Amino acid sequence: MEPVRIDARGLHYTPLNQQIRRAVSEGATEISVDNVLGQRFIADGLKGEVTIRINGVPGGDLGMFMNGPTCIVKGNCDHAPGNTMDNGKIVIHGSAGDAVAHSMRGGKVFVRDDIGYRGGIHMKEYGEEHKPILVVGDNACSFLGEYMAGGIIIVLSKSGNTFGGRGVGSGIHGGEIILRGKLKERQLGVGARITEFTEEDLEKINPYIEEFCEYFEIDPEKYLDTKYTKVVASSSRPFAGKYVWE
Amino acid sequence: MSLGSVPLKYRIQIDRQQCMQCMRCVDNCSYGVFREEDDGNILIDSRKCTACHRCISMCPRDAINLSERPVDYRSHPLWTPEAREDVINQSRSGRIVLAGMGNAKDYPIIYDRLVLDACQVTNPSIDPLREPMELRTYLGQKPSKLDIRKQENGEIELNTKLSPNLELQTPIMIGHMSYGAISLNAQLSLAKAAAKTDTYMGTGEGGLHKDIYPYQDNMIVQVASGRFGVDINYLERGAAIEIKIGQGAKPGIGGHLPGEKVCTDVSCTRMIPAGSDAISPAPHHDIYSIEDLAQLVRGLKEATEWKKPVFVKIAAVHNVAAVAAGIARSSADAVVIDGFRGGTGASPKVFRDNVGIPIEAAIASVDQKLNDQGIRNKVSVIASGGIRNSADVAKSIALGADAVYIGTAALISMGCRVCGNCYRGLCPWGIATQREDLVSRLDPEVESEHVANLINSWTLELSELMGAAGINSIESLRGNRSRLRGYMLDEGTLDVLQVKPVGA
Repeated sequence: MEPVRIDARGLHYTPLNQQIRRAVSEGATEISVDNVLGQRFIADGLKGEVTIRINGVPGGDLGMFMNGPTCIVKGNCDHAPGNTMDNGKIVIHGSAGDAVAHSMRGGKVFVRDDIGYRGGIHMKEYGEEHKPILVVGDNACSFLGEYMAGGIIIVLSKSGNTFGGRGVGSGIHGGEIILRGKLKERQLGVGARITEFTEEDLEKINPYIEEFCEYFEIDPEKYLDTKYTKVVASSSRPFAGKYVWE
Repeated sequence: MSLGSVPLKYRIQIDRQQCMQCMRCVDNCSYGVFREEDDGNILIDSRKCTACHRCISMCPRDAINLSERPVDYRSHPLWTPEAREDVINQSRSGRIVLAGMGNAKDYPIIYDRLVLDACQVTNPSIDPLREPMELRTYLGQKPSKLDIRKQENGEIELNTKLSPNLELQTPIMIGHMSYGAISLNAQLSLAKAAAKTDTYMGTGEGGLHKDIYPYQDNMIVQVASGRFGVDINYLERGAAIEIKIGQGAKPGIGGHLPGEKVCTDVSCTRMIPAGSDAISPAPHHDIYSIEDLAQLVRGLKEATEWKKPVFVKIAAVHNVAAVAAGIARSSADAVVIDGFRGGTGASPKVFRDNVGIPIEAAIASVDQKLNDQGIRNKVSVIASGGIRNSADVAKSIALGADAVYIGTAALISMGCRVCGNCYRGLCPWGIATQREDLVSRLDPEVESEHVANLINSWTLELSELMGAAGINSIESLRGNRSRLRGYMLDEGTLDVLQVKPVGA
């Protein structure tokens, strides 16, 4: 089927999503949405194998509850792209706001530049097939990976400034946060601990770095070493020692 | 020096003359109170007893006796045995005290200080036996006006776009209790009962197990801060979606399902790792304001193509009316208010007993605020938290609720005796446990019948109460506070409730 083009100029998000849904149900595998300006919920709850190219700046909750599609954004994103996403991909050629990949359970989010606060909050994995991946090209703000219960967050700090935020992984009880460079203990949240980043770890994240670099035409070589810090949970039961029975 | 042990909470005694040593008590007690000796005698360890009554209800000879607090303390009105024992417990542990079921503090119960009206002479009462009683309830946004045109052929044309509503044949629904907190058999019993009585029940934040799929048209699927079990299929399956912001038993805090309760099946249904704690954070991390709430409401509606009503549940707290007015403007279709007596499997005791306000006051103030602002039609009001009988339902509706959720009452109809040890995971009634042998004690066919009986009998009583008051439609009871009087309620409370005192 021919690629479908949708002009989003002046269009509210509901009719825009209706057009996208209709195209997908008619079998479209390539959709381009032009002149996007702040429309929220694009591809919200959308299922299927389709690539949506979003030209402009989408509003909040891009790809919320999404299950399968790929969204490629030529521009920045507002807050929470990939919110509670189940499967699929979001590729952002720019930066994104707060709570990127909030509660994401599967699929991948690639952000070329920076993300805001609370990135990857409460990301979780389960079973063999659900393992969410968030890769950030440059930097993230504080409270990264809070309450995380699975998956991997990778921050590459491509401009050379290492992560300067705090409260990393408060309440984390699963998954890994991998940051380029060194992290100080005082930057950690309660329940998180720093552990050595090994060759095996590199082997594990290698495909995600390569995929990221391919999307943004960056040479991956520079990132394929062990100069990372890995943050994991001190316990999968962070609240086990907090309560006593009546 | 050790603190020593505290006195027994309960003492179990067996009338040895009555006992036929059938060992049913030994088999039934999951807490290990009874042990069979080699000589066939039954040894009792009363300290392990939780007063769940399983042994008593299964004893064929009524040979078991239970007494509460068999050991006296020096009596003191302030330093109750409980106050002293909590101090001792925390001195030993240095931890937060965890408690089950609803608020156990002796606050006055407003429902019991409200009386209903009946007709005498001037306005005849109605006999539900011979007159139709309208209990059908619609939950969701109602239009502020209808644009109706009569066509040339006489047909009526409706030009107003109506919002999706839930249709209930009784204003009684079953509240949110998740798979994980309760067993699958317990949830299945409730779901079957909801289907039998043409009403709805909530999934809680535990996902939707595939065994519940046949009853999905009667399920309200919950989206809470952990987003457990939430994906597009889950949202599409539910008849309605409910965003849980807060809960009456523990306002302001999140939930932790302990790792030992997260078995493979619970893990798959919740879509979380097996064996690790299931942590629902206190806030939704995409909701930091009333605008953000509107964003999530619309996000859920957009995901389900605006076909499903979205409810928002909050705990009844001081400014509940203002919060509800904000929710009414967020595109939500109903606001659920959970009073401070709401039940739970586990809550920090200090929250359960001290945070929040009574549901009666919350219903009245929310209904009044929405009316004052002219937006009552924008949302339905669902009340929950401590509703024990049909009179509580009638009073809730007269105070301004559209419908109620029941939780504890439905569990009692399946065997629960409100022992409050749900967080132990050993519920001998097969309700608040995932242990297979205990879960299998609960037969969904039988228990769904019990739950349905309860809902049907309350519905019958409700229509009798309405008939006695000369009301033949639930719509005419809703917010009809003139049919209530307050007995021994203070002026301030009467003012909040907008109810006159008895005799006035």
